[in-house]
Amino acid sequence: MGVATETFYDVIRRQGISRRSFVKFCSLTAASLGLSPVAATQMAHALETKPRVPVIWMHGLECTCCSESFIRSAHPLVKDVILSMISLDYDDTIMAAAGHQAEAILEETKEKYKGQYILAVEGNPPLNEDGMYCIDGGRPFVEKLKYMAADASAVVAWGACASWGCVQAAKPNPTHAVPIDKVILDKPIIKVPGCPPIAEVMTGVITYITTFGRLPELDRQGRPKMFYSQRIHDKCYRRGHFDAGQFVEAWDDEGARKGYCLYKMGCKGPTTYNACSTVRWNNGVSFPIQSGHGCIGCSEDGFWDKESFYDRLTTINQFGVEANADRIGGTIAGVVLAGVAVHAGVTAVKRISTKRDE
Amino acid sequence: MPTTTRPSRFQEQVLAGVADIGGTLNRELPINRPTIYVYEAPVRLWHWVNALAIVVLVVTGYFIGSPLPTLSGEASDHFLMGYIRFTHFSAGYVLAIGFVMRFLWIFWGNIHSRQLFYLPIWSRKWWSGVRQELRWYMFLEKEPRKYIGHNPLAHIFMVLMAMSITVGMICTGFALYSQGEGIDSWQAKAFGWVFKLFPNSQDVHTWHHMGMWVIVTFVIIHIYAAIREDIMSRQTMISTMISGERQFRDDRED
Ligand code: HEM
Ligand code: HEM
Ligand code: SF4
Repeated sequence: MGVATETFYDVIRRQGISRRSFVKFCSLTAASLGLSPVAATQMAHALETKPRVPVIWMHGLECTCCSESFIRSAHPLVKDVILSMISLDYDDTIMAAAGHQAEAILEETKEKYKGQYILAVEGNPPLNEDGMYCIDGGRPFVEKLKYMAADASAVVAWGACASWGCVQAAKPNPTHAVPIDKVILDKPIIKVPGCPPIAEVMTGVITYITTFGRLPELDRQGRPKMFYSQRIHDKCYRRGHFDAGQFVEAWDDEGARKGYCLYKMGCKGPTTYNACSTVRWNNGVSFPIQSGHGCIGCSEDGFWDKESFYDRLTTINQFGVEANADRIGGTIAGVVLAGVAVHAGVTAVKRISTKRDE
Repeated sequence: MPTTTRPSRFQEQVLAGVADIGGTLNRELPINRPTIYVYEAPVRLWHWVNALAIVVLVVTGYFIGSPLPTLSGEASDHFLMGYIRFTHFSAGYVLAIGFVMRFLWIFWGNIHSRQLFYLPIWSRKWWSGVRQELRWYMFLEKEPRKYIGHNPLAHIFMVLMAMSITVGMICTGFALYSQGEGIDSWQAKAFGWVFKLFPNSQDVHTWHHMGMWVIVTFVIIHIYAAIREDIMSRQTMISTMISGERQFRDDRED
C-alpha cells in the first residue's frame, strides 16, 4: 500500500485496533468538538476514505510539556493511534528515527506532500544572534521552521510558547524568543494555547483538521472557538461561591476546606479562556481549581509577566514602581486630596487677609 | 423667572438676557448681563444622573476588585457578589446611555453643550484664559475672568479627565462585560477590539481599575473647584448646575 493512498482507518486496523474502538473514538471526538452525532459518522467516513494527512511536529525552545500532555489523551485509542492517525511523520522527541534519517523525513514530506501537510509547532524560535540560541539539526530552528512552513497547508501552534512566547519570552527576553506567528506570516495558524494545552483539546483539534480538511472556526485571537470561547470562570464549579460572596481568604482557612471561590487568592479564572473547567485533566480527574489552587492563566498571552499568581489585583510596573492599581490610584487620589486641602487653606487665609486689607 | 441679588438697575438687562435665549444663543452675549441661561435641562439632568452613576460605579467597582469579607452559610443563601456586579453593570448602562444621549444633545443644545466634546486649541484667547486661570489657582491673580460656559482650565479638565476617561471606562467596561455575555454577543462585536490592544483581559481589568482612580481624582478636584469658584469667582457655579442660570456678581469687563 502506498503511503499516499493509505487512510487513517487502514493504519489503525493494521495496528490491531477494532472497528468498535474506532467508532467509539469518532463519537467521543465529535462530542468533545461540540459537533452533532451525525458528525461522528462523517468523521468515521472521512477517516476511512480520505488519505491520511501527514503531520510534521517540530520542537523549538520549549519544555516538551505539550507532547507530554498529548500522549496522555483520555481515550485509549488516542494514546496509541492519534500518533499514527495524524500520521505523525516526524516528531523528533518521540520518533524512532534519528540524525540524518530523521532529517530525511522532513525533506521527503516537504516534497511529496507539498501544500498538503500540517505543520505542528511546539515551542518557538529565538531570533537574537541569527537564531543561534536554538540549533536543531545543525541549523537555527527559525530557519528550519520557515523552511517547513513554506509548503505546509496550515500551521498548528501548540501551547503558550508557540502561541504567545511563554517563559522563554519573559522580560527581558534575552534570546528574543517570539511566537511563531511573528515568523510565519503567510499561512493560516491555529493557536492552541495552554502550558500545556489539554490533551483532549489537542487531539480534538488535530482530528478536526485531518478529517474535515480545514481549520475549525477561530476566535479573534486565532484560537479554536470550540475550546476557547469561554472562560474558566464561566464554567467553574465554584462559581456559586463567587456569586454568593464566599471566598477563600487564606490557604488554610475554613473557606479553603469548604471549597469556596479562589478569587481573592488570585485565581485568574475570570480572565482565562480555556476548557479546563469543562474537559478537565488526566481523563477528567481534576483541574487546578478543583485541587484547591487558583487558575494561573497559563493559556493567556503574557501570563508569565503578570507578576504574582496569588494577587487579585495585578501588580503594575509600567510606572517604575511596583504596586497594584489600588495602591497607585489611591496614592494619587490621596495626594490630590491633600493638595486640595492645602489649596483650600491657602485660599481661606488669603481671603481673610485681603478682606482685612480692604 | 431668575432671582437676582443685584440692584434693580440690572433688572431690565436680566429680562433681556433671559428673554432672547431662543434666538441668540450662538451669538456672544454681552458680558455685563448679570444672569444668563447656560445649562439647559437635559444637560443638568445628565450631569446629576451621570454623577450618581459614577458614584455607584466607583463603590461597586471597588468591591468587585476587593470583595467584602466572606459570608458564612450556604452559597444558596447569598448573592452578594452577584448583586454588587449587577448594580455595577446597571449603572454602567446608565453611564453609557447617558453619555450617548449627552453627545447627541450637542446637535440640539446651545453652544455650551458642545464644550465637553472639543478643546479650542487653535484659539489664542482660550490659551490666554488657561494661563490666567492657572495663575488664579496659583494665587497670582487678584480675580478670575468671567466665563459663560466652563472656564478654560475647567474645560481642559472636563475633556481630558472626565470625558475621555468616561469613553475609556465604557469601552473597557463593555469589553469585560462581553466576556460574560459570550463571544457572539453584541457587546463582544462592538467592544471586542479592546482585546486587540490588550490580548490578556487581565490587563483590561487593571486599566479599568486605574481608570476608576483617575475619575476619583477628577471628582475630588471638580467638587473642590466647583465649591471654591462658587465662593471666590465672579459668577455662580453650583446653583448654575441646578437651575441652569449663571449669575454674574459684577458688570465689569473681564
Ligand atoms: C461623580 C461626580 C461628578 C462628575 C463625573 C461630574 C462631571 C461634570 C461634567 C462632565 C461637567 C460638565 C457638564 C457639561 O458641560 O455638560 C460638570 C459640570 C459641573 N459640575 Fe459636576 N460632576 C460631578 C459631581 C459634581 C458635584 C458633586 C457638584 C457639586 C458640588 C458638581 C458641580 C458642577 C458644576 C457647578 C458644574 C458646572 C461647572 C461650570 O459651570 O463650569 N459636580 N460636572
Ligand atoms: C466610571 C465608570 C466605571 C468605574 C469607576 C468602574 C470601576 C470598576 C472597577 C474598579 C472594577 C474592578 C476591576 C478589577 O479590579 O477587576 C470594575 C469591573 C468591571 N466593570 Fe466597571 N467601572 C466603570 C464603568 C463600567 C461600565 C460602563 C461597564 C459596562 C457595563 C463596566 C463593567 C465592568 C465589568 C464587566 C467589570 C468586571 C466584573 C467582574 O470581573 O466580575 N464598568 N469596574
Ligand atoms: S475559583 Fe476562580 S474561576 Fe472559579 S469561580 Fe472563583 S474566581 Fe472564578
